[in-house]
Amino acid sequence: MTYRASNDPPHGTVGAPRVEAARAKLTACNVDVFYGEKHAIKDVSLDIGRNEVTALIGPSGCGKSTFMRCLNRMNDIIDICRVTGTITLDGEDIYDPKIDVVHLRARVGMVFQKPNPFPKSIFENVAYGPRIHGLASGKAGLEEIVLTSLKRAGLLEEVKDRLHAPGTSLSGGQQQRLCIARAIAVSPQVILMDEPCSALDPIATARIEELIDELQHNFTIVIVTHSMQQAARVSQRTAFFHLGELIECGMTEQIFTNPLHRLTQGYLTGRFG
Amino acid sequence: MGTLFCDRVRAIAGVVFQVVLGIVKDAVRQGSTRLFMRMHVLMLIAVLVLVSVFAFGIGHSRAEAMTCPRHSLPQYHGQCAALATFLPGLVVVALWGALESPFALILALDRLAETPLSPLAAAEGHFLTAEIQALAAGHGSRKDPALMMAAQHYAELRQTGFVLMAVLAVGASLGGWALAWRRLTPACRARNSIEHALKIFMILCATLAVLTTVGIVVSLVFESWRFFNHVSLMDFLFGLEWSPQMAIRADQVGASGAFGAVPLFAGTLLIAGIAMMVAVPVGLFTAIYTAEYAAPRFRALVKPLLEILAGIPTVVYGFFAALTVAPFLRDTGAALGVAISSESALAAGGVMGIMIIPFVSSLADDVMIAVPKALREGSLGLGATRSETIRHVVLPAALPGIVGGILLAASRAIGETMIVVMAAGLSAKLTANPFTAVTTVTVQIVTLLVGDQEFDSPKTLAAFALGLVLFVATLFLNVIALQVVRRYRQQYD
Ligand SMILES: Nc1ncnc2c1ncn2[C@@H]1O[C@H](COP(=O)(O)OP(=O)(O)OP(=O)(O)O)[C@@H](O)[C@H]1O
Ligand SMILES: [Mg+2]
Repeated sequence: MTYRASNDPPHGTVGAPRVEAARAKLTACNVDVFYGEKHAIKDVSLDIGRNEVTALIGPSGCGKSTFMRCLNRMNDIIDICRVTGTITLDGEDIYDPKIDVVHLRARVGMVFQKPNPFPKSIFENVAYGPRIHGLASGKAGLEEIVLTSLKRAGLLEEVKDRLHAPGTSLSGGQQQRLCIARAIAVSPQVILMDEPCSALDPIATARIEELIDELQHNFTIVIVTHSMQQAARVSQRTAFFHLGELIECGMTEQIFTNPLHRLTQGYLTGRFG
Repeated sequence: MGTLFCDRVRAIAGVVFQVVLGIVKDAVRQGSTRLFMRMHVLMLIAVLVLVSVFAFGIGHSRAEAMTCPRHSLPQYHGQCAALATFLPGLVVVALWGALESPFALILALDRLAETPLSPLAAAEGHFLTAEIQALAAGHGSRKDPALMMAAQHYAELRQTGFVLMAVLAVGASLGGWALAWRRLTPACRARNSIEHALKIFMILCATLAVLTTVGIVVSLVFESWRFFNHVSLMDFLFGLEWSPQMAIRADQVGASGAFGAVPLFAGTLLIAGIAMMVAVPVGLFTAIYTAEYAAPRFRALVKPLLEILAGIPTVVYGFFAALTVAPFLRDTGAALGVAISSESALAAGGVMGIMIIPFVSSLADDVMIAVPKALREGSLGLGATRSETIRHVVLPAALPGIVGGILLAASRAIGETMIVVMAAGLSAKLTANPFTAVTTVTVQIVTLLVGDQEFDSPKTLAAFALGLVLFVATLFLNVIALQVVRRYRQQYD
């Protein structure tokens, strides 16, 4: 039994890769990505619903990060990378030559797979985005933004006495939370998180998951994760990738209880990947 | 493998033997004592090498033959045995090389003292040693019989000394070998010994570099001290007039030279400053372009091209500055109503700036490329533009390397001589006007030392004092550079 969306049926994908047009924040249509000769993403069509959490799962190397990086055009930086197809944000084609990439990335923020704090102080790391976008009014405003961002990322308690220590002096997990704080400080509309909890202990992970729950009321979130429990806990919809193809997409509950595709079943029951 | 190895050792031994034979034949044919002596030493060392090669081969195969578990691989045992054989012999040769010639001379001079000297020879005591050595080598000019005798005695002493030493050296080698033989047990930590020997060797290399520096500094300080016996330190460091030409007769003009070095320092700073004003911005922006904006293929093309700039001989820059740039500046100045002399600090500094661009651009480019891509992505992912990313993330992260490049360029600019000689003139004028001729410390060192000079006149000694100042200045620059680099390392690593 396969369900296909009425508009633009993506062949190969089972489940419900589309949501109602009004609820779609990001829409990807027939996206292909090539790294030189390598075909990393194959004809993927997928909607990201507004104010909900979409989890991307799949075995390592299947193209989750690659697809995610298409959503804020981070792939532009890689010389050999070529993207075809269309992706729209609120109905606006983000690969349109007229679009301002910088502005796009301010709206679609990203937390990277590996923590990458700047060689600056903890405070400056978080203040970086608000500063370049002129979001804060005055010194007090900036401090306010920095402190709330750190607090929401669950890092404030640990660093409040050493805000001016270098960001690189934090532990791996703290650095990851610093990067999350840095991303939410610019209040993007969409937050892309590439395995945000891979370096975190269960307590910090719980804090991040709480944050995601909290953010989803105002933001749209896409999260890549290798933890099925996490995907089940935080996301409303789940998309399963395999070898560059979007195999199955649907409501998280349905995917985890009753997967349609045998690859999805295999992955979820741990038979491969 | 053991037999194969032994074969190789035998082949090497054969080659060495051939070489030794050749040397002996040569030495016999040449006949000259000095050459013979030197050949002897070479031959002796060749013999030591030969013995060590044998020691290696035998140690190796003995270790290979061991049945019980051994601590180190056979090759380490072999190396250990070879070292134990070669080093004692080498030490003996080195000691002899350092001590025998003076010792034999003393004995020969003693002999000379016993015989009645001709009065001429007695008058010039310190020439005698050289004369004796020359006579012993068979090309002395003075056929004074007493000297001849001393020379002969000297040559004989050296011959016997050499034979003695050769026996000692080979004996020491064989002794070392015997010791190594006894130590060659499975438990012997040959691998650790070799590690230790390598460490000591490297320490010796490092010491050599440090000692050279110390030697240079000591000689600079010593000669400068002699200079400051003639001219007071205050006059030198703060005097405003530089005219080192001392008159031969006391009643001539400028009878006593003036050694106020301030105009030289000012000239050096002026020219190096102009050069840095050209090189730093151009170099930095070039580096930013090649590292951040240019396509990889363009970068691969442009970078080596730029580095050629540093490889052009400075004398070429010199005549470029003197024959092309300086006249051009003078004419432009004339057109604009500014007096620019045809030898100007501007021409020299500008051309020097072009020359040192690659020091800045190439190093800065390398460190910027080395800034992790993840940092750039982090910044771009927050919606920063490229130039914001460069300014706020890449440049601060690359700062230590950039500062290093700039300081390297600065010390190059301060030390540069040829361009200044050709394009900025020799007149030591105290001025901050870049349109006039000035001179620098290095140029004055050259002019003080060229030509026939008395070696202990203040004029010559002044060169050492200037050299010392230059050395201290560059040292100071390096210390600052290290400080800057360390500060940022601490903060960001
Ligand atoms: N910069 C690049 N250049 C060339 N190939 C790349 C590049 N980045 C990714 N790829 C290739 O694209 C494919 C998808 O990579 P991607 O990073 O999207 O995987 P992923 O699903 O995020 O894996 P993981 O779970 O391990 O992070 C991989 O086969 C990878 O080798
Ligand atoms: Mg990934």
